[in-house]
Amino acid sequence: MECQECHKRKATLHFKHIINGQEAKISLCEMCAKKKGYITYPEEGFSLNDLLSGLFQTEGLNLGSTGTAKANQPKHPQEVRCSSCGRTFTEFKKAGKFGCADCYASFGSKVEPILRRVHAGNTKHTGKIPKRAGKYIQQKQLISSHKEKLKKLIEEEEFEKAAVLRDKIRELEKANNHNKEAGGNT
Amino acid sequence: MTLESFINEAISPWMLEDGPDKDIVMSSRVRLARNFANKLYPTSGNKEALQEVLQFVKHSYIDQDNSGQQPLAFLPMKNLNMIEKLVLVEKHLISPHLIKHSDYAAVLLSENEQTSIMVNEEDHLRIQVYYPGLQLDKALEEAYYLDDWLEEKADYAFNETKGYLTSCPTNIGTGMRASIMMHLPALVLTKQINRLIPAINQLGLVVRGIYGEGSEARGNIFQISNQITLGKSEEDIVEDLESIVHQLVEHERMARKYIYEQSEIGLEDRVFRSYGTLKNSRIIDSKEASICISNLRLGIDLGIIENISENILNELMVLTQPGFLQHYANKALRSDERDIRRASIIRERLNLKK
Ligand SMILES: [Zn+2]
Ligand SMILES: [Zn+2]
Repeated sequence: MECQECHKRKATLHFKHIINGQEAKISLCEMCAKKKGYITYPEEGFSLNDLLSGLFQTEGLNLGSTGTAKANQPKHPQEVRCSSCGRTFTEFKKAGKFGCADCYASFGSKVEPILRRVHAGNTKHTGKIPKRAGKYIQQKQLISSHKEKLKKLIEEEEFEKAAVLRDKIRELEKANNHNKEAGGNT
Repeated sequence: MTLESFINEAISPWMLEDGPDKDIVMSSRVRLARNFANKLYPTSGNKEALQEVLQFVKHSYIDQDNSGQQPLAFLPMKNLNMIEKLVLVEKHLISPHLIKHSDYAAVLLSENEQTSIMVNEEDHLRIQVYYPGLQLDKALEEAYYLDDWLEEKADYAFNETKGYLTSCPTNIGTGMRASIMMHLPALVLTKQINRLIPAINQLGLVVRGIYGEGSEARGNIFQISNQITLGKSEEDIVEDLESIVHQLVEHERMARKYIYEQSEIGLEDRVFRSYGTLKNSRIIDSKEASICISNLRLGIDLGIIENISENILNELMVLTQPGFLQHYANKALRSDERDIRRASIIRERLNLKK
């Protein structure tokens, strides 16, 4: 069976997870499983229970993946530390809290599996965007949805409509670059 | 202080307003967690950052024009005494966490207490909006309004893929926790609640008691809220939660009907015994009080008891909390003293008309 993520390597790990009450199965190679946050290594230092005991007081949680796996990886003795607030990854795990908005970037890929577990496998925000500072992002999302539409129009050979939409996209992109320079929050 | 004015203090004005399914759904709440960009979180414990945020909020948002909105009072936690703080917690206007970290914390409070904004809780800002009954959509709309108003004056910590960055990974994304407070005595009595809770958990929602410790739901009052904040829009979260709550309301109504039909006399007996206990006891602990208050409210809802306001559940659950009892007594009370005081305040309340 091939890995359902990269479709290249052989799938050696199989995971069950429950999203919104529905059970889904996924088979992955070890590399993709790690990348996608389905497995964590002991030297990254936390068990699910340890982590959650710090994060939650409630019971009956619906946690994403039920599979964990061990692997032989070299140990990383260096401690990752957020340069903005000084919090180490170990401190973060223990308290279950970040110390500043930069922690998220400082701890990088180590945070991803945590978010995945806490949010039923989700990793991307799809909700509200700040009204004032988020204009750039809002426009960007509008542009990308227009681009999807453009693709469809071309497939359907609606070239006249496609040309109109293409010009509109160009205009929006130009205007939005101003937004970005004007200090939009990216 | 007279009991009437004291009750007025215990009950936030918005609680007295009508709302959909108010016989079962006590309140709807939306909370948004927000942080300012380029400022260490309160969780960092950095005193300068805490002080800066507190000053910034005070100078930027208080006595400023916020047209179309109720004026907000600014209450620094360190100006309040312990009992005053406890009272705010018991009214669910601030969190116990805010009390524990009082030095640089504050709350912005609207006059009818429908809106509160905690400053320097775990996040720089925690916007909270309540509505009576099942009205999460309205609460969300109001919270957005406040959110946009706050964001006009400062950049938020926001990331395009991760959304609103929060101190706790459980809030990242929308930063939103929507919750519903419900009175479910018949589902508890028929034990249906035991199979409903795991089913609701499966849907990514959390059910817990709001009074009492651990999994206990004192006064048969449950809080249901969303667990996931990332990968789902606020509107979808609210819609999903509302649809579950609608189903629970239906189940509760059916269970009430079932109990009533099975044994009208048995139910009347239960309700009137509780009423008798509340009217006559001289010592009552909070656990017994909450059971009796829940039964009394059920009796009112089913028309078994007349001439008592249906707000009795809201009122007495708040009035009989330790902070309120001490506030009314105007001094600190030991637990045995509180049980005496609790019994007497309940008797007095039931002697008032309505
Ligand atoms: Zn793969
Ligand atoms: Zn940091």
